[in-house]
Amino acid sequence: MQLLITILLDGLTYASYLFIVSVGLTIVFGVLKILNVAHGAFYAWGAYAAAYAITYAADMEYSDWIGFVCIFLAAALVGLVLGMIIERVILRHMYAQDEVLIALATFGIFLILEDVILLVFGVNPYFAYQPMALLGRVPMGGISRDVYSFTLMALACVVAFSCWWGLTKTKWGKLISVVIYDREISQAMGINVSMVYLIVFVIGAGLGALGGAYVAPTLSVAPGFGIDVIVLSFAVVVIGGMGSIPGALIGALMVGILRAVAVHKMPELELFVVFAVMATVLIIRPEGLFAPAKARTI
Amino acid sequence: MLQILRSDKTIRWTLVGFFVLAIAGNFMPAWVQNNLMFGLARGLAVLGLMVLWRTGLISFGHALYFGIGAYAVALVDKHLGVSDIFLRLAFAMGAAAMVGFALGFILRKYRSIFFAMLSLAFSMVLYGILVKVEALGSTDGFSVSATSILGWTPESKYTLFCAIIVACAAAACMVQYYLKTGLGALTTAIRDNELRVEYLGYSVSKAIHFKYIISAGLAGASGAMMAMALGQVDPDSMVNWTVSGELVFITVMAGPGSVIAPFIGGVVFEFLRTYAFELAPHAWQLIVGGTLLAIIFFLPMGLWSLLERIWVRKGSSS
Amino acid sequence: MNGAPALKVTDLCKSFSGITAANNINVEATDGDIIGIIGANGAGKTVFVNMITGYLKPTSGKIEHHGKDITGIEPRDATHVGVCRSFQVSQVFMTMTVRENLLIALAIAKDEGKAMLSSPRSPDLLAEADRMMAAYKIEDHADAVASTLSQGVRKLLDIAMAVVANPKVLLLDEPTSGVSVEEKFAIMDIVIAALKEKGVTVLFVEHDMEIVERYVDRVLAFYQGEVICDAPPAEALVDPKVIEYVIGHDHAPNPTPAVNGGEKPETANA
Repeated sequence: MQLLITILLDGLTYASYLFIVSVGLTIVFGVLKILNVAHGAFYAWGAYAAAYAITYAADMEYSDWIGFVCIFLAAALVGLVLGMIIERVILRHMYAQDEVLIALATFGIFLILEDVILLVFGVNPYFAYQPMALLGRVPMGGISRDVYSFTLMALACVVAFSCWWGLTKTKWGKLISVVIYDREISQAMGINVSMVYLIVFVIGAGLGALGGAYVAPTLSVAPGFGIDVIVLSFAVVVIGGMGSIPGALIGALMVGILRAVAVHKMPELELFVVFAVMATVLIIRPEGLFAPAKARTI
Repeated sequence: MLQILRSDKTIRWTLVGFFVLAIAGNFMPAWVQNNLMFGLARGLAVLGLMVLWRTGLISFGHALYFGIGAYAVALVDKHLGVSDIFLRLAFAMGAAAMVGFALGFILRKYRSIFFAMLSLAFSMVLYGILVKVEALGSTDGFSVSATSILGWTPESKYTLFCAIIVACAAAACMVQYYLKTGLGALTTAIRDNELRVEYLGYSVSKAIHFKYIISAGLAGASGAMMAMALGQVDPDSMVNWTVSGELVFITVMAGPGSVIAPFIGGVVFEFLRTYAFELAPHAWQLIVGGTLLAIIFFLPMGLWSLLERIWVRKGSSS
Repeated sequence: MNGAPALKVTDLCKSFSGITAANNINVEATDGDIIGIIGANGAGKTVFVNMITGYLKPTSGKIEHHGKDITGIEPRDATHVGVCRSFQVSQVFMTMTVRENLLIALAIAKDEGKAMLSSPRSPDLLAEADRMMAAYKIEDHADAVASTLSQGVRKLLDIAMAVVANPKVLLLDEPTSGVSVEEKFAIMDIVIAALKEKGVTVLFVEHDMEIVERYVDRVLAFYQGEVICDAPPAEALVDPKVIEYVIGHDHAPNPTPAVNGGEKPETANA
């Protein structure tokens, strides 16, 4: 019983952070139709920026609560600055190209951003534990767990709700839905598709950065931070359906729980099982489990 | 068939070029020889990727076959004591081609981003297995003993160097011949218009499957050569998605223009890496990423197209 | 080539989740027939062509070619059997020259693909390609890349490629659509002459009634997935049902054969 609770909580924690990271990737794919490999770099940048800010604040002897402000500030900053630069300078010239070529270009951007991290933040790892330590621990399922991980789950719920609300209840959300359906028709109707693309990309980048920023206090932020996450978020997005937000949620839950089960029951299968499911979904239902409805083109 | 071989300029230049390289290799310092070995070995995998690219497909997961080839060599070495180069290559290419044959049934139905993602998924499945299973070396991998040839174990690496050159030259010539036949012309035809190919009476799925197996076999040979040249295998440098990324980078950098381009690309990549690590160890990825973007934007047909332009200009001025 | 008809379609039906695109279609064509298929957009003409050439599988019914059942076979098998098609939007290899297009087509067609193992630039394939380009009058464009061709020439190339496999039955999907008015008759003259020479049975979808009148032996009129008329053009074009559902009252042609003086029927055009 205790093991079950541990697995469940581990799985949910894992799923929460995967969801926050992956929802940005899926939104960008759904609207701009590009697979952004550089998303892993947003994650890494968010983590580094947050870790740097938190340790700086700690050095300055500010209250540890500032750490939380740092996290959200860092994510927003990374999303805005990096997102805008990349979309305006590089991506906007490529929208007419083949989607695999665009993905390759984002791979190039990923590599560049990973090295710029080293130049900006140095090669030593950051350990910005303050926000996590601040919230303390609570016993559950036989072991004491960080309260922090529950706040991560809460954040995931907030993000999920905000995305849903933003897309269905606001004017901008409706505009985005139209652009997803057909870019040309949207332009013909007078929607500033260019601006929509920019905003969506920045939001996606910001969400990826938020994933990294919020996770930063729980581990050591070191070079190579984004490399594993990017393929895991690919798996999540593929399983759930590329472009679908509920899909990202379901995909994250599946991957998170599968990994938790594997880690506790059969550690050798930990990575294998995630990608095996990804491959299986691609074979059986390439659009994913929750693919957004596509209009017939013929 | 002989007519194609005799009249083809590329084949002639390839054979000449590789022969000169083989001779020159004897007089090169060890580090140059090593880089050439690694670069040319990688070029084999890139050659396979080039065939797929001409067909309109880009695989994000060829590290799967590269890794299968490398690990096949390491495993037959460790468990069966096989050190002969021909046997090792046979095992490696055989294993890679078999997996390529099996997975090809599934992959041949996919295109574009789905083809890329599915091939990535398959390669990460292997990575996931290798990284976690102790018996297969886990993250440390394991070493490969020296390569022998027909019973004789040479002392220097020069023999292996020549062997790699021969393999690359053979592969380049065979692919060149293949591309000149009707089957080879199908690459561009399928990329241009699959529907028309079907209606002319040829199965596009079968054609893609065949090309996929070829590219898998070549990548397997590539991994095998790498394992033998390096003397060791491990998942992160041979099976991880970053390895697939490197291979695709070299493919795009070299361009689809000629069967020699992949090898030039592989060698350029290797030398670039050595220099970059010496000059700016934390800027290597930046250079690769920047180069990739530059090529996509300014030289989409790769370095080979640049060489062709210089060649043509020289030819017209002289 | 036994006595069986070149094409025999029996009770052919096709529905897409509730929508009937084809309803009990019965057609018979003898060797050498030239048949025009007319009908408003959405009447089921292309669905009909797609089913015969294997692009769509019928829900029920039978398609036979010289007595052989070809219902539901793959497009490439249809080609092997001798039933080929051309496309409304020309499907050619855009980055290759006209000659290269034909060479590949010929290489695939010859010896069931054995020619694929050697270079397409062999002397007999080159000669054959030249012969085809001459027959379709596109030899001037032999070395032009397909993407630079005018619509008309590209259409001719598309049709030539469809004919490479020496089909006994050829279906042309709107061979003159997208082609300028000056080129329309020129193209059809060339195509029909080349096909008549080989005795090919031709069915072509067409919106332009002038073309239909000029070249066909029979007219098949479609409406809402059914054949409402199957008769020689003189009869069909004055058939009340055809006038009602295809040509339109304002544009029904005069009873006299030559149509040059009257208005061009516009209703059926997109």
